[in-house]
Amino acid sequence: MTQNAEHVLDHFELFRGPEYQQMLANKKTLFENPHDPAEVERIREWAKTPEYREKNFAREALTVNPAKACQPLGAVFVAVGFEGTLPFVHGSQGCVAYYRSHLSRHFKEPSSCVSSSMTEDAAVFGGLNNMIDGLANTYNMYQPKMIAVSTTCMAEVIGDDLNAFIKTAKEKGSVPAEYDVPFAHTPAFVGSHVTGYDNALKGILEHFWDGKAGTAPKLERKENGKINFIGGFDGYTVGNIREMKRIFELMGIEYTILADNSDVFDTPTDGEFRMYDGGTTLEDAANAIHAKATISMQQYCTEKTLPFVQGHGQEVAAFNHPVGVSATDDFLMTLSRITGKPIAKALEQERGRLVDAMADSSAHIHGKKFAIYGDPDLCYGLAAFLLELGAEPTHVLSTNGNKAWAEKMEGLFASSPFGKNCHAYPGKDLWHMRSLLFTEPVDFLIGNTYGKYLERDTGTPLIRIGFPVFDRHHHHRYPVWGYQGGMNVLVKILDKIFDEIDKNTNVPAKTDYSFDIIR
Amino acid sequence: MSLATTESVAEIKARNKQLIDEVLKVYPEKTAKRRAKHLNVHEAGKSDCGVKSNLKSIPGVMTIRGCAYAGSKGVVWGPIKDMIHISHGPVGCGQYSWAARRNYYIGTTGIDTFVTMQFTSDFQEKDIVFGGDKKLAKIIDEIQELFPLNHGITIQSECPIGLIGDDIEAVSKVKSKEYDGKTIVPVRCEGFRGVSQSLGHHIANDAVRDWIFDKVNPEAKPAFEPTPYDVAIIGDYNIGGDAWSSRILLEEMGLRVIAQWSGDGSLAELEATPKAKLNVLHCYRSMNYISRHMEEKFGIPWCEYNFFGPSKIAESLRKIASFFDDKIKEGAERVIAKYQPLMDAVIAKYRPRLEGKTVMLFVGGLRPRHVIGAYEDLGMEVVGTGYEFGHNDDYQRTAQHYVKDGTLIYDDVTGYEFERFVEKIQPDLVGSGIKEKYVFQKMGVPFRQMHSWDYSGPYHGYDGFAIFARDMDMAINSPIWKKTKAPWKDAPRPSLMAAE
Repeated sequence: MTQNAEHVLDHFELFRGPEYQQMLANKKTLFENPHDPAEVERIREWAKTPEYREKNFAREALTVNPAKACQPLGAVFVAVGFEGTLPFVHGSQGCVAYYRSHLSRHFKEPSSCVSSSMTEDAAVFGGLNNMIDGLANTYNMYQPKMIAVSTTCMAEVIGDDLNAFIKTAKEKGSVPAEYDVPFAHTPAFVGSHVTGYDNALKGILEHFWDGKAGTAPKLERKENGKINFIGGFDGYTVGNIREMKRIFELMGIEYTILADNSDVFDTPTDGEFRMYDGGTTLEDAANAIHAKATISMQQYCTEKTLPFVQGHGQEVAAFNHPVGVSATDDFLMTLSRITGKPIAKALEQERGRLVDAMADSSAHIHGKKFAIYGDPDLCYGLAAFLLELGAEPTHVLSTNGNKAWAEKMEGLFASSPFGKNCHAYPGKDLWHMRSLLFTEPVDFLIGNTYGKYLERDTGTPLIRIGFPVFDRHHHHRYPVWGYQGGMNVLVKILDKIFDEIDKNTNVPAKTDYSFDIIR
Repeated sequence: MSLATTESVAEIKARNKQLIDEVLKVYPEKTAKRRAKHLNVHEAGKSDCGVKSNLKSIPGVMTIRGCAYAGSKGVVWGPIKDMIHISHGPVGCGQYSWAARRNYYIGTTGIDTFVTMQFTSDFQEKDIVFGGDKKLAKIIDEIQELFPLNHGITIQSECPIGLIGDDIEAVSKVKSKEYDGKTIVPVRCEGFRGVSQSLGHHIANDAVRDWIFDKVNPEAKPAFEPTPYDVAIIGDYNIGGDAWSSRILLEEMGLRVIAQWSGDGSLAELEATPKAKLNVLHCYRSMNYISRHMEEKFGIPWCEYNFFGPSKIAESLRKIASFFDDKIKEGAERVIAKYQPLMDAVIAKYRPRLEGKTVMLFVGGLRPRHVIGAYEDLGMEVVGTGYEFGHNDDYQRTAQHYVKDGTLIYDDVTGYEFERFVEKIQPDLVGSGIKEKYVFQKMGVPFRQMHSWDYSGPYHGYDGFAIFARDMDMAINSPIWKKTKAPWKDAPRPSLMAAE
């Protein structure tokens, strides 16, 4: 018997005991109809070859281990960024259970969202009654200030019309006529979670700016000199938005953060559950029309929102998840140009500190090869940072990146001597990445939690940056934007590099001459 | 803290009834009427818990439930390790459920084993408009080329499949023929079917019956020599290794486990199960269907068991042994005796720290009742429980064998109800899922996820009980719960003091 009351063995130790090992071996040989181990080994090796890579890249229909989620997840992410707002997803209820779990696993926070719980009868007759009852229940039970509606693919396939449904629900008294119920169609079979972010945010702005679906006069823009800030779908939203606020305040900029979910995904444990916390006030969301300009940190999260904003007369500027010195320089200079406010002295010092840190450590990063995967903007931002560190972002893969993104990436590579052998892979998945890592190995992999399977299979050490990160805690609390955010990214990368050097030099009397105390 | 210990059963019942009345007030009239049927206070001696169940969730209330796809792909089929399970439809369903359920297995992932991978047809608009059958056929070809050691394929339908009229059965048949009778199983588990995960379990069970059992050649040479002691473990998903810490006990008592359904399971094990002499069933809810089918068709008896906590384990080992001869009966006694010192040591260590503590549960499958005995072994009391997707037969079993008089029962609880109940009852521990975890922890209430074992486990079997006890102690007696109030704001809560 291996288990022990004094020192309780967990799953990772318990099953290594001889009783269990014997049991599992018997199970396999007697009952599992296993393949010959030599055959398994042969296929395992074959799957590492260029020949396999070629077949793998010839795939046209099958997706294996994609690095993207579906639209409504992005819509829910946006909705909770508004004050007192409950996301309401029209369609099957299982989807909502999934979004809530997914967000809770990443942020280690509650994630509130309701469904209209459509079933077979709604598939036949449409989900109008689900909308009518659902809005009434949500409104009464959770007393939100706003209910932001999006859709699952079920509602999209049967063609439910949100605008008409919400109107009817209001007529039936589900919620007061003047109550804010912005909406966005977010079909899961178009784009990804970043598309859903875009659609939902546009839906909310459209609601407030363009006459609340025909129930109020359209707002007339009177420019007020403020700027609007959009973070995009961002696993680091908690740390990043707070860092941005700090920067705006340092520069004396008047701002509105749109979809500010930095508080709702970081509530205190003090005896009270806050279903809602912080967020862009509805008043600010409406008044955002009067801003001088709107800045998006992630171009591919705002492809529809920014033209919409621009159409209302504002200047717009989009970045690609800026990380590091030059990207932050560009961001701050744009901010300064638009607002007329000089870049704060304190930020100049932070810049200098980041450059200082990069100079101190560059010898350990310079020339190292990296593979990166994630959302299109994140990939761009990280690749640009690596280039300015003298590293080579050899494989940059984005399942939800498109051709235009790939061209933009190639442009970035062309701009640096370190980008010479780097390539962008739009629309590919992590099984493609596996082939890339086997056939053209790199030193480090940057990606989300699912990258750990690639690390296990290919031995490429994983640096966890992205969404979701389920198996490491609290990193979302630290910014990756601004010079200080750049510092955090730098330290994350360096920690892994040093850990690997130590791991590779720690065999006593064999390799530990290089087990240096100073690096 | 525990109100229950200082109040009489009558007082508790009155309080719970009042609580139910209070929460119902928040709903519009029609909804209150519907929800009232799902909430009750258990009366000892009744044959069920007096609640309606397995009915549609109400729109907009924040149900905790999932869907049929979750029940089929996520629960029943997903853990079958040597088959590739295609999440057929848009990308999300497969993505959110990717490796999230901790169904442990042994195998070379991506080569001969595929559990923690996400295979999807990633439907695009054109697939919705023109149908996805051709794409599905191509996907199967690509799987065959890139994953040649797979033993079979299942097609897990997401919502659009049933709505756009795809014929996945036809594609499966054609492709099966093309690949020499390969096992290809179409599963109609679209998320909009039924009212919860539960119908997905049923559909998945039926798919095993129709596409695996019915295709096994009865003339084929058996892969192993049968023995009189062959059993199959049904309804254990090997979360954190649960099925392994169960299997070892069955084998130690002299039985031979020929199949695991479905944690760490394989196609060969599914196919061999009709040769079992007894099916032992842990999760009744998700796999009673196939057990009943095997009883009717193959004459295999089945027996429910409970491997949470030493009392129920011993009871279950004896119950299982009763189907066999004295050799097995003696084996069961030997196993119980062997682990007694471990159990005594675990209880001696943890019971003093947990005695009298109260628990509220809301989980799926078998757990809202099955874990009660394990808590009681530690001197704890379950004061409220409910099923995410139970049926009346679950509530019958709960009433007849598990819950105490006055227990608060809540079926398909809404977020609002659950928060109010916990706030008022102030249990020492809540056991539920990831969506509930942080809500209650923010409230300062210790919590354990009782779906995923909070990334711990196994909790089944004797080895698992040691971990269970350690985890409950760790949750309840963590020093952090004394720090939720800033010391400069630390005033006693008058209402609670008065109640005690």
